[in-house]
Amino acid sequence: MDGLLSPEPGLVIWSGLTFLILFLLLRKFAWRPILGAIKEREDKIESALASAEEAKAEYRKVQEAKAQMAAEARQERDSLLKEARLTKEAIIEEARKTAKEEADKILADAKAQINKEKADAIVDLKQQVAKLSVDIAGKILSQTLQTDSQQEKLIEKYLNESNFN
Amino acid sequence: MRKLILLITSFLLMASTQNSQAQSEAPADSTAGGEEGINMTDVIGHHISDAHSWSIFAYTNSEGEEVECKISLPVMAYYDGQFLFTLSSSFDDGATVEKGVNTYYLKHEKLYVRNGSGEEVRPFDFSITRNVVSMFISVAILLLLFVGAARSYKNSLVPRGKASLAEMLVLFVKDIADEQIGRRKSARYVPYLLTLFYFIWFNNLIGLVPFFPGSSNLSGNIAFTSILAVFTFIVTNFNGTRHYWKHTLVMPGVPFLMKIILVPIEIITLFTRPFTLMIRLFANVTGGHIIIISLISMIFIMKTYVMVAPSMLLALMIFVLELIFGALQAYIFTLLSALYIGLAVDDGHEEQTA
Repeated sequence: MDGLLSPEPGLVIWSGLTFLILFLLLRKFAWRPILGAIKEREDKIESALASAEEAKAEYRKVQEAKAQMAAEARQERDSLLKEARLTKEAIIEEARKTAKEEADKILADAKAQINKEKADAIVDLKQQVAKLSVDIAGKILSQTLQTDSQQEKLIEKYLNESNFN
Repeated sequence: MRKLILLITSFLLMASTQNSQAQSEAPADSTAGGEEGINMTDVIGHHISDAHSWSIFAYTNSEGEEVECKISLPVMAYYDGQFLFTLSSSFDDGATVEKGVNTYYLKHEKLYVRNGSGEEVRPFDFSITRNVVSMFISVAILLLLFVGAARSYKNSLVPRGKASLAEMLVLFVKDIADEQIGRRKSARYVPYLLTLFYFIWFNNLIGLVPFFPGSSNLSGNIAFTSILAVFTFIVTNFNGTRHYWKHTLVMPGVPFLMKIILVPIEIITLFTRPFTLMIRLFANVTGGHIIIISLISMIFIMKTYVMVAPSMLLALMIFVLELIFGALQAYIFTLLSALYIGLAVDDGHEEQTA
C-alpha cells in the first residue's frame, strides 16, 4: 500500500491514451450525432409550434374576413331592399299623380266641352227661339204690324230684355 | 451485448489454472500462536492496488493445495535500451525473467529489475494490468451503449430503447455544462464533459462489481485520477480568455500591495483546482473500497459466525452508499471541471446576460 499515492507512469499513459481515444471515438460516433439529433428535434418542435401558431392566426384572419363579408352582404341586401321599396313607392306615387292629372284633364276637357256645347246649344236655341218667335210673331204680327222692320225691332228689344239664364 | 459476452468468454479461456502456494510469505505480524492468520492490510492492499494478473477465484483442492484461477496479462516494460514483452504467468511463484544482464521480477505486484551492477530499480512498466483491462471493458461498454444509441437516431428522431436511456444520460451532462459554462459557449465542451462523466462513472461501477470482470480499483487509482485532472487543467487553461488571465495575473482594481499577495495565491489556485479533483476522486473511491473489504474482513478477523450477519449487513449498506457515491463522484468531478472551464471561458459579459 506504499505506492498508493505515487501514480504509476504506465497506468497514467494507458489511462491518458484510452481516455483520448475514447473521447475522439465517442465525440465522432456518439456525442455529436446524439446532440445533433436532440438539437434537430428541438428545432423541429419549435418550428412546428411556430407554424401551428401561424396557422391559428391565419384561421382567425380568415374567420374575421368571413364575418366582415357576411356583414357587408347583409348591409347590401338591406340597402337593396330599401331602395326597391322606395322605387316602388315612387312609381306608385308617380302613377297616382299621372292618373289624377289625366283624370283632371279629362274632367276639365269634359267640362269645357259641356260648357261649349251648352253655350252652342244656348246660341242655337236662342236663334231657334228667335226664328220661332219671329215666325210666330211674324205670323201674329202679319196681321197687326205693317212693316216688318218695326216689328223686328220690337221683338229684339223684348228678346234682349228677357234673360234665359 | 453479444460482443461483450464474447469478450468476457475469451478472457475466461485465457485464464489458466495454476497451483500456487498462497500466503507462502505469511506475514509475521498476523500469525498468532502458530495459527495461520490473515493480514488484512495485505488483503486490502492487494485489492485496491493494481495487479499484473487477474485473480478470478481460488479454492483448496482435495490434496489440500490452494488452487488459484487467474488470468495472465501481458507484461511490457522498457529498461536500459531494451523492451520486455512477456506474460505475467512467467513470474508465477516468484519466478524471474532474465534478459541479458538484467533480471526482472515481481515484488508486491510491482515489476522490478536487478541490473548488471546488482542494483534494484524500477523499469518503465507499461504492462496491460488489471486496471488497464477493466478500463478497456468500460470503453467497450461505453462505445456499445452510446454509439449504438447514436445509430438509432439515423432512422428516426424519436429516441427508442437504448437511445432513450442515452439521451437522458447525455442531457443530464449537457445541462451541467449549460448551467456552468453558459449556453453560448458550452457546445464546445459538452463532448469532453460527457466522456469524463461516463468514463469515471462506469469505472466506478465496474470497481464495485465484487467478482470478475469487476473488482478492479481503476477510478480509485491515483494514476487514473491524475491524468483526468491534467486533462481538465489543459482544457481549462488552454481555453482561458483574456478576461480570465487578466483577473488571474493582473487583477484590475486591486491595490498593488494586495496584488503581491493575491496573484501568487491565484497562480497556486490554478494548480490546486485539478489537484483537489485528483485527490477527491482517488480518496473517495479507495476509501469506499477499503470500508467494504474491512467490514467483510471482520468475519475473518473475529473468526466467528456471529459476525457474518452484522458485517454483511453493514457492508451491504456501505455498498449501496458506494453505488450512489460512484455516480456522485463522477458528477462532482464533471461539475467542477465544467465550473473551472466556465470560469476560464467567461469573457466578462456573462454576468450581464445571466
